[in-house]
Amino acid sequence: MSKYLLNKFLYTVDRDPELVERYREDPKGTVEWWEAERANVILNVLTGEKSSWLKLDDVEREALATHDYPKLFELGAHPFLTLTLFIAMFERDHAEPLGFQLEYARRLGHFELPYPDIST
Amino acid sequence: MATIAAVIASTHHPFYYRASTSTGADRPPFADEWVAKITSFRETLTRANPDVLVLVGSDHFHQLWLDNMPQFLVGKAPFYDANWYNEEREFGLPKMFFKGAEDLSAHVLRSGLDAGFDLAFSNELRIDHSVTCPMITLRPECDLPIVPIYTNIFAPPLPQPKRYVQLGQAIREIVASWPENLRVAIIGTGHLSLELGGPRQFGPHGPDPEFDRKAVDWIASGDIEKALGEVSLESLWEPGNATHGFLDFMLMMGVAGAGEKADYVDTLDLFHTMEAYFTWYPKGGQA
Repeated sequence: MSKYLLNKFLYTVDRDPELVERYREDPKGTVEWWEAERANVILNVLTGEKSSWLKLDDVEREALATHDYPKLFELGAHPFLTLTLFIAMFERDHAEPLGFQLEYARRLGHFELPYPDIST
Repeated sequence: MATIAAVIASTHHPFYYRASTSTGADRPPFADEWVAKITSFRETLTRANPDVLVLVGSDHFHQLWLDNMPQFLVGKAPFYDANWYNEEREFGLPKMFFKGAEDLSAHVLRSGLDAGFDLAFSNELRIDHSVTCPMITLRPECDLPIVPIYTNIFAPPLPQPKRYVQLGQAIREIVASWPENLRVAIIGTGHLSLELGGPRQFGPHGPDPEFDRKAVDWIASGDIEKALGEVSLESLWEPGNATHGFLDFMLMMGVAGAGEKADYVDTLDLFHTMEAYFTWYPKGGQA
């Protein structure tokens, strides 16, 4: 289990406008491409020195590939990263102000304190 | 020696800019009251007639990331660009630009290290809404040089709450020992109870109004002892999963000093989270 890698996916997609759209339209394909090409890239390194060991497990990959943000919360992904990226992708589909944010809260309504640990 | 012209603690609400600048049907019903409160709060800084601003905030996974995460970081650069693509996207925040007070940054770093705080530093820092929100609310002209100081309130493991208070106390002493005859305002922003990306987010009030009431009392009365007695890294999850932002309020209580009552206190009960504004005028500092 790699909360760090889940967070790295959310972080690197969120800060790239093209990747935000790509992940919205093709979540499964984007996750597969990202894990193959980007998961082991150290963020400020351009010359090919990569990590060699970072890999999503099946549950994590499935949660990302299905836009399953309640599952990401359960897995301990950082809630700020998940929220920010999912607002960017889906707020536009809701007519009411805060419509997506309130739906998001409702879909997490079954979680009670203590919430899943987000330590990495 | 420098004069501490004012100590200011505030929430940083990224929606203020859009709410305050929107018109017609886009203008939310609470905007006018919010603008009135901010205008009054802004006057508390203007009145202090500062030359330089020290700004305490927290990077929200913009430049600082989990592969290299400092606990406390001081910006030391001649200039700072500000606000990020995802803040423009979600909050409508504008791009901003600030001049740095690089000599004060150097003094804070040297003195902080010598005082036992192993401060990280950055010579190229693009700052985010934790620092730009108080500039928008308190000094929209953005005409004063700044020293940004980032704390980690976001990515556990975090330092203990008392460490934020101690750093605040140290910042107060360090700024006061800066050998320049200039007036420095120290401004820090945090949160009261707040939930982000959890089931209690975006409710009609903050997730824990009782915590907010107690927290405002602690800050307004300078009751560091009580705050430290009731707040722990574990307990802060309960009022809301982003309430560790309160640690920056505790840092500012350290700057203001134990038992120092705030000279100006105001709050605004909004949806999602409560706004809170505090200003202290240290003795000898008032304009």
